[in-house]
Amino acid sequence: MPVLMDDVAGRAEPRPAPGGATGSPRRGWWTSRRRDQLAGLLFVTPQLVGTALFVLLPLGLVVWYSLHEWNVLADTFDFVGTENYRELIDDPKLPGVLRSTLFFSVGLVVFNLALALLLAVLLNQRLRGTVVFRTLFFSPVVVSLVAWTIVWGFLLQDNGGVNGVAGAVGLDGPNWLRGEWTALLSVIVVQVVKNVGLNMVLFLAALQGVPAELYEAARVEGASRWTQFRRITVPLISPTILLTSIITVVGALQVFAQIAVLTQGGPGTSTTVLVYYLYQQAFQFHQFGYGSTLSVLLFLIVLTLTVVQWRMRRKWVFHEQ
Amino acid sequence: MNNRRSLRARVAIYGLICLLAIPFVFPTWWMVTSSFKPVSDIFAFPPSLIPTELSFSAYRRVFELQPFAQQYLNSAYIAAVVTVGTLAVSSLAGYAFARIRFRGQHALFLVVLVGLLIPSEVTIVPLFQMFNSVGLIDTHWPLILVPTLGAPSVLATFIMRQFFITLPSELEEAARVDGLGRLATFWRIALPLARPALGAVAIFTFLHSWNLYLEPIVFLSTPEKFTLPQALTQFVDAYGGPMWDVQLSAASMTALPVLVVFVIAQRQFIEGLAHTGLKG
Repeated sequence: MPVLMDDVAGRAEPRPAPGGATGSPRRGWWTSRRRDQLAGLLFVTPQLVGTALFVLLPLGLVVWYSLHEWNVLADTFDFVGTENYRELIDDPKLPGVLRSTLFFSVGLVVFNLALALLLAVLLNQRLRGTVVFRTLFFSPVVVSLVAWTIVWGFLLQDNGGVNGVAGAVGLDGPNWLRGEWTALLSVIVVQVVKNVGLNMVLFLAALQGVPAELYEAARVEGASRWTQFRRITVPLISPTILLTSIITVVGALQVFAQIAVLTQGGPGTSTTVLVYYLYQQAFQFHQFGYGSTLSVLLFLIVLTLTVVQWRMRRKWVFHEQ
Repeated sequence: MNNRRSLRARVAIYGLICLLAIPFVFPTWWMVTSSFKPVSDIFAFPPSLIPTELSFSAYRRVFELQPFAQQYLNSAYIAAVVTVGTLAVSSLAGYAFARIRFRGQHALFLVVLVGLLIPSEVTIVPLFQMFNSVGLIDTHWPLILVPTLGAPSVLATFIMRQFFITLPSELEEAARVDGLGRLATFWRIALPLARPALGAVAIFTFLHSWNLYLEPIVFLSTPEKFTLPQALTQFVDAYGGPMWDVQLSAASMTALPVLVVFVIAQRQFIEGLAHTGLKG
């Protein structure tokens, strides 16, 4: 008897197993259903307690804290209602922070998905050595994040390796981490190269699921490679594009270590993304209340984006049939 | 796609791939080679791809300037404990959500799924306060408990559940008819079959813990308790400028072990991580 449980939401309570099909009851009330009930609850208890204690409780607390003026150093904790939210709207640094967060996230997603797709298409050709290149492009994913960022910090200095290479071909590179736009671009590139291998692998798996007959047919009709890519490849791998875009957007909003190590949010607020700003406020300026308000803002942004992307899946994800 | 590709097209593709590979390979190469160069050579122009004379002084200073061996041990044992703990918690919960029918399981599963929506950065302030109020700041407990039981393990549970759903149920039913209880069925039948999923979860859990940066710098303040990513950024001179040779040596020692394991077992790594779709 198959276990009909492949859908999570919207399903009614499980029906009782007919006639003790999964083992006969031993004693009167100690039926296999009751034993399953107990086993099920016991099995999920550690996860549930953990989620309650380390996810849901802190989420509630962060909302509560955001309604307080809380200076850790002065040890004051006063209820101020929506004062922090008003401060948020008036915060002269916030527009810069949101702008950096937006540019960083959009830049990261666009570069990441485009490069991942390009690499996947290139490595999906019938060529020798694609496994070796797959390994190379993937390898930064497993390199320790801070180690990776430190090396790039080293390479991106005014007299570092990147400008050394640029100089060798006669170009005069800028001081990457000190210019507003070049700093933002640098952080994006460092992050894309670090993680694009993962999206590349997901795209490779999706590409291998596209039936070759479709390309054959398109070629017979005289469609160009670009047309084949646009009309066959992209629609058929659109579920993967959706998945990777959600993962990448949410990942972009969580980036912290790269910023902390490479630019400390500077110059100005050009690379101060929301997470970094929240860290500064809470743990450097000891404003836990305002830090919590920024956390709530971050949560609302992540939630909105995830929900919007999920809703949009019907619009732009192609399903066969 | 096309078997009969012209030679020119193939050369072009290889050229493009090699060019694109530079930023992926060069930094690691540069990190390792520079860590063996004497300080005076690190910024030499033109830069040398291979160190002309080997210098190990930076490696020695890594251990002199900080309790680096201790920090290494901290990172390793925390990642090991978190990995084993996450495997236990997530396989039990994933199995129950996929395979056992019990009242309230859909509601409880939705509760757990909420954890996927909440980035850990959002809850860092209250978590700090919670651990502070029970006196666990500047201990390793937050770095073990939160990943093992909190948001990161939710994803693991989700992956385990997806895997257990695909297992054929006949084996388990046979075992149960033979009188095996739920725990025994789980331990002796389902878990051995779930090795690929367990491998994927183990890989990403280990990497996640090994790479954690925000949490250690928030929770820890004593150098003896630091983890590696946190320790790497501490090699600075009196003016706060990075000591590059030392930083690069320490970074090499942090990055290389995982990289070597990856090159040996790259198939499992890539398929495992692709399976989870998770970012490090």
